[in-house]
Amino acid sequence: MNATLAVLMRELRLALRSGGGAGLGLAFFLIVVMLIPFGVGPVPHLLAQIAPGTLWIAALLACLLSLDRLFQADFEDGTLDILALSPMPLEGLVAIKAFAHWLTTGLPLVIAAPILGITLSLPDTAYWWLVISLAVGTPALSFLGAIGAALTVGIRRGGLLLSLLVLPLYIPTLIFGARCVAAASEGMDVVPAFQFLAGVTLFTLALTPIAAAAALRMHMR
Amino acid sequence: MSLNVSNLACFRTGRLIFSNQSFVIEAGEAVMLRGPNGAGKSTLLRALAGMLPSEGSVILNGIALDKDVDGVQEQIAFSGHLDAIKPQLTVGENLTFWARLFEGGSVDNAVDQFALAEIWDRPAHACSAGQKRRLGLARLVVSGRVLWLLDEPTVSLDTETTARFADIIKAHCAGGGMALIATHIELGLEGARVIALDPTNMRTATPSSDPFLSEAWE
Repeated sequence: MNATLAVLMRELRLALRSGGGAGLGLAFFLIVVMLIPFGVGPVPHLLAQIAPGTLWIAALLACLLSLDRLFQADFEDGTLDILALSPMPLEGLVAIKAFAHWLTTGLPLVIAAPILGITLSLPDTAYWWLVISLAVGTPALSFLGAIGAALTVGIRRGGLLLSLLVLPLYIPTLIFGARCVAAASEGMDVVPAFQFLAGVTLFTLALTPIAAAAALRMHMR
Repeated sequence: MSLNVSNLACFRTGRLIFSNQSFVIEAGEAVMLRGPNGAGKSTLLRALAGMLPSEGSVILNGIALDKDVDGVQEQIAFSGHLDAIKPQLTVGENLTFWARLFEGGSVDNAVDQFALAEIWDRPAHACSAGQKRRLGLARLVVSGRVLWLLDEPTVSLDTETTARFADIIKAHCAGGGMALIATHIELGLEGARVIALDPTNMRTATPSSDPFLSEAWE
């Protein structure tokens, strides 16, 4: 427990200090969503219609932005070798790192999303579901991203390759997350889409640490 | 307590780095690993730590590397070319993190031995190469592990710190620990046994255990 907390606190510290990139995803999210009304035009009913999809796609891309550093920084300075020798299993380490990534990248998006919903004139009924769907869906983004980050560790400028590997895996989360918000804004039943969204997240949380740890082991050999 | 290595061989990308390495390190012993550049000193250390695939047998305190990698790794402290230090954290935060993760030896002890008190609150990016190396080596003490695998540990250390580090290795061995040290300099460990790696014994074309690489070099 002590070791788990030590790793988590260290990850948060590194993300929040200079060069950690914790604010990067949030700033990107804000700017991309702010650009949409300029490109589409100030037509409230049109913006309201595309708001759920726009917010979710922007959240996906914002999450990707800082993922390539998840293991790369530790690999470059030799920390990964030492972590592999530590008493903590690599699977646990991956899970803590992905959770810390969500705390510093996903959680700020969840908090900022309702404010951005206003700029896209999202209907009143959808705000709660926007927050809930992002809160439930974004952990899957960080954990799926951990697989991509583990596979591309050691590759120079692996960020682009990471995006190509990970974005297709984000599709189920995107479909059900955006569907949740859209259903809420159209006054339809939200529950089926939400159940699928939560299911995808639970599946991801359970399996990705094992997959990412296997990829890391392969790299260290 | 001992490290038994017999017939160890290591391949990298289908090329034989070394073979037929057999030696024993008993508790309380520090052994020097010598050889010219490219002889495979770093590869040997990484193979012993289970960080590279190898053939042959490595048994540390009765636990075989090929049966239980975790069991062997949990007795090893490794120091490589990289210091594994986060520049954004202070010296103290770096060292405390490793101490909490490994739940091993005492931080105060390591701070004394490597004279880290004066730079405790300094961000690691503001430290000199020698100070970073001291911090990296202090991790060995806080890890509380039996076998130290050291790859050129004295790089960028001054003569005084090098001498002090030799004393720290002696103290570690006096407490029943073991150390295998790849180095080009005289560390000042009198009477330490030497294992020499000779690159001239290497054959170039060799069978590989990796099916993807078989015939890759023909």
